[in-house]
Amino acid sequence: MRSSEKGNFLVRFLNKDTANSSNTSEQLPLWRQLVIQLLCLVIVAEVMFPIMYIVTLSLSSKSNRPSALELFPKEISFVAFQQVLDRPTANPITFVELLRNSFLVSISVGLVSLLIAVSAAYAFSRFKFKLRTVLMVLVFIPLLMPAVGLSTPLFLLMNSLQVKVCTSGITAFYPFVKCDPINTGRVLFNLRDSLIGVGIAMVSTALPFAVWNLKGYLDTIPKELEEAAYIDGADANQTFFQIVLPLALPQLAVTFFIGFIGHWQEFVLPWLFLTQPKDYTLAMTLYNMTGQYANSIPWNRFAAMAIIVALPVALVFVALQKQIVNGLTSGGVKG
Amino acid sequence: MTAIASSSIKKDKAFRSFLPYLYLLPAFVVLGIITFYPLIFQVIISFSDFSTKDLMLQLRSPKLNWIGFQNYIDIITGGLPVQNFNFVRVLSYNFWWAITNVILHVPAGVLIANLMNIKGIWFKRIYRAIYVLPVVIPPIVIGTVWRNIYDEQYGAFNRLLTDISLLFGGNPIHTRWLLDINPPIPWLLPTGGLPNAYYAMMIANFWLGWPFMVLVATGALQSIPKELYEAAAIDGASKSKQFWNITVPLLQPAMIPAAVYGFTLSFNLFNFVYFLSGGGPNRMTELLVTFAYDLVRNLRLYGAAGAFAVIIFVVALVIFLITNKVTKATESYI
Repeated sequence: MRSSEKGNFLVRFLNKDTANSSNTSEQLPLWRQLVIQLLCLVIVAEVMFPIMYIVTLSLSSKSNRPSALELFPKEISFVAFQQVLDRPTANPITFVELLRNSFLVSISVGLVSLLIAVSAAYAFSRFKFKLRTVLMVLVFIPLLMPAVGLSTPLFLLMNSLQVKVCTSGITAFYPFVKCDPINTGRVLFNLRDSLIGVGIAMVSTALPFAVWNLKGYLDTIPKELEEAAYIDGADANQTFFQIVLPLALPQLAVTFFIGFIGHWQEFVLPWLFLTQPKDYTLAMTLYNMTGQYANSIPWNRFAAMAIIVALPVALVFVALQKQIVNGLTSGGVKG
Repeated sequence: MTAIASSSIKKDKAFRSFLPYLYLLPAFVVLGIITFYPLIFQVIISFSDFSTKDLMLQLRSPKLNWIGFQNYIDIITGGLPVQNFNFVRVLSYNFWWAITNVILHVPAGVLIANLMNIKGIWFKRIYRAIYVLPVVIPPIVIGTVWRNIYDEQYGAFNRLLTDISLLFGGNPIHTRWLLDINPPIPWLLPTGGLPNAYYAMMIANFWLGWPFMVLVATGALQSIPKELYEAAAIDGASKSKQFWNITVPLLQPAMIPAAVYGFTLSFNLFNFVYFLSGGGPNRMTELLVTFAYDLVRNLRLYGAAGAFAVIIFVVALVIFLITNKVTKATESYI
């Protein structure tokens, strides 16, 4: 008995899988298809259980704690979304400003670490030199060292760079020029208490990851291309800029997005560093909503905010799923 | 490339031996300031009683006392002014947590990827899109929502279990998933059993962990040549034989690095643990990272936190050296 999927346009469309499009017209018997469908649906239920919980909460008009197991929304109200967009926190900061701060930090962290990492990755991938293994271990260690472990010294380091207007009227640039010890003056700018400072601190974990990730990909680019270029008279710099970089472009994009995703959700460093509400990010706002006690969480707004924070990441990930996974694993896979 | 280098003129050779360092320079300048300097600073203050009083003047603070290895001794012997902290227990739990997670995630990922790789399944694309969802939800949300799911009174999990239990004529379930300190399996580990919270977090992290393994395994499965299976089928190998003798060995090069990656992710799973159990009850599910955060953020024992960071560093180095043997990540391509 054959299933009738051939005639069904929708089913055929959904099955169209570019990676498996060999022309063998082998078809599953219907009973096996049904068993597999059942299994797939069980897995879907497992995956969707917490997700439907969040979606249902976000569409509720009540902010109190859910007291029953509701996985399908009884009412569809966008009150929570509206409240979150109008007034995301108790602080005087608009949703657009939060969004801007989040984008600024995560995009610049992704870009800066990428630019610095690519040349280092090239060196590790293509050159043999004395300190190679030692330096690689040095770059890899921060990957295993959580950002929390470095937060105190980073805090103190950034905090020592300040611009102050002294009471005597002079502008002082700490730590180079200082006010009198007695007249401390007014702080104009504190690197620690700024988005730039937080971004720099985040690079400390983003950069080693980018080096590692790009090195793995560069290893998979056939070196014959560069040898050919060398024979044609190109020097190492020319091969790097004109051959390796263009070939690595897709992976550069993926590395950027992985950096972007990771730091879009980061809240520990911003939370430790930033004090002014105008610098807050979306992830911090989300953290702000989760109080000590479950009863104090405005559940519907929390869920709505969660969906808003997750959405950009989800879209990027679903779109670049294959490339991101290849990028993450190519580091260890060698032919 | 070495062959070419040796055949070129001497001046070029000298330049080429210098060139890699030039390419590494920007990265190491940046890392020097924001990673290595902080690490060295942590090492220095780990020998002091650095705390809130010293934040202004830092190392020049007159109140700063140099106390030698006291912080390290306090951490390892449990002498910190912190309740319920036992270093050996936290460390061994941290390893146990990471290993048991990977042991569950990888086979689940491989099996589900194989399921999704069967030719001619309906709605394949929809399933694949849904299965990736846990990866993309912010960890804060995952932690907070699962925490609420495990609430003994209001939580969805107990309600689900109650519904099932009532269906079979049982009683309502009121398990204290995150707060009960009595281990359900007391003999599980040499350091004593693990509380309900561990099993609850394993379930939640299973939800979070396997989709990534499916992604990796799917990619690897699609690179296995179909001819191998056809040839095996002609030779009369059964489906299960094909799975064990073709699929499993050919998935290994992709799954081992993914497992190592998953191990380090689980090992340092800060957001998830912090928001789900907060390391509780009685620090029984505390990881090294969550405790480090607690030392800095709440207890403000910066000196002890420095010593703790150094210990984490040493543990990380050991893990790296072992996993590097497996994945050969630092090995030269040339």
